[in-house]
Amino acid sequence: MVAVLNSGDTAWMLISTALVILMTIPGVALFYSGLIKRQNVLNTMFLSFITFSIVSIIWFVFGYDLVFGQDIYGLLGTMHNPFFNGILESKALAPLAPTIPTGLYAIFQMTFAAITVALISGAIVERMKFSTWLLFVPLWLLLVYIPIAHWMWGGGWLAQLGAFDFAGGIVVHLSSGIAALALVLLLGIRKDMRLLPHNLGYSVIGAGLLWFGWFGFNAGSALSAGDLAVSTMIVTNISAAAGMLAWVLMDKLNTGKPTLLGALSGAIAGLAAITPAAGYVNITAALIIGFVTSIISYYAVSHLKPLLGYDDALDVFGIHGVCGIFGSLAVGIFALPAINNVLTSGGLITGSFNLLISQTIAIVTVALYSFVVTWIIGKVLDKTMGLRVKDADEVQGLDINLHEESGYRLS
Amino acid sequence: MKRIITIIRPDRLEAVKDALEKLGIHGMTVEDVKGRGRQLGITESYRGKDYNVDLLPKVRLEIVVKASDLDSVVNAILENAKTGDIGDGKIFISTIEEVIRIRTGERGKEAI
Repeated sequence: MVAVLNSGDTAWMLISTALVILMTIPGVALFYSGLIKRQNVLNTMFLSFITFSIVSIIWFVFGYDLVFGQDIYGLLGTMHNPFFNGILESKALAPLAPTIPTGLYAIFQMTFAAITVALISGAIVERMKFSTWLLFVPLWLLLVYIPIAHWMWGGGWLAQLGAFDFAGGIVVHLSSGIAALALVLLLGIRKDMRLLPHNLGYSVIGAGLLWFGWFGFNAGSALSAGDLAVSTMIVTNISAAAGMLAWVLMDKLNTGKPTLLGALSGAIAGLAAITPAAGYVNITAALIIGFVTSIISYYAVSHLKPLLGYDDALDVFGIHGVCGIFGSLAVGIFALPAINNVLTSGGLITGSFNLLISQTIAIVTVALYSFVVTWIIGKVLDKTMGLRVKDADEVQGLDINLHEESGYRLS
Repeated sequence: MKRIITIIRPDRLEAVKDALEKLGIHGMTVEDVKGRGRQLGITESYRGKDYNVDLLPKVRLEIVVKASDLDSVVNAILENAKTGDIGDGKIFISTIEEVIRIRTGERGKEAI
């Protein structure tokens, strides 16, 4: 790419950034809040909105620098410009996307950081203290997201190793899914852990916004308005569609009736799994990725979760964690240098094992890192502030007890 | 005078209301309630897992009628609230000692 500002690329990235913002607020907020009990609808929405605010500020104070600053031993970026100091004034172009402004690249990346943390909230809804969440967000962003994002995207050791993560299968879905698992193991199960959505209509709108916004998430990760963005958009859509159909099929085979929540879950599974692979695979691979990941995810939430007994309220691990792993492995299987010439080698289908090995190393290390550090953060917060609300607050609902507000008023 | 409390399916409310209207029975109190009968609710399935929902939404109607109207009102409810499936509801009948219209002070049948 020539380092000259391209207005087409800039326009597409502005739109993509707005699309990804739409995924968190209100996409995730609506999707999650429809799935929980009515007494917690506002608290659940609030978790997404407040997370977006906190990350928005931290990202430009020091987050962007620590991820994309000059690499220190493959572990972290250098903090050259705290508070994004001087970058807007200089009108510099982004080093990693030299046809768009650095500021645009930075805010696009900010939206990924925000949605990653917001995704975790789906696991801990209906029982975690809001005040503790307010502290969990910056700690997790600093200690988990920022290092992992640097390792994969900021030129850190995993990137140097040859691992690829196009739009966040490892950085976003795996890291948040595993963190969700660690946090719910510390939090414990809810008094009523049934999944009986109080308003599936919200979830339909939320999932629709997620699917729509995902075009910015994935096709925006091409960082330019060209062939790669087009190919990415097509495989993203195909994987989501295949994921939806596979889950509907599983519902039909296992319970006799297709469910709408199942269909939405399958679509999100397909979207999450194609995310790391979206810029590297063709349509046939996308069909397989969407279809297979949905079936794996179905068994993770319907069989593995009850078997192990953890209370991942809205299946953040079962959907995002599991699909992040499968999609990232799929890069090592289906990637084609013909789709994206940044690949140093293709996947298994091109006869090369190298990519699958580096993907596996990345998955295992990021999963371990995210689990251990999230566990430590959770444990410290539990000992100091407490993770869980009072029993009475949980039974009566968090909206009225933590926020003095009601989602639904009788008169 | 008799008081009829009937618990019916929400989707049968309009038909029951229309039938009572044809009998000249206009006064009623209606509220949304949740409850269960002998079948202990239904089973819903989300993300491949079954959950029992044992309190289902129903509508409760309270109607006070003259004793002479009782049979026709009960028949109208039976005909219009029945689907034949589990969960059609119940009718409870009791005797009312006195009815007073607050606005006029009328008592008994005149106040119904």
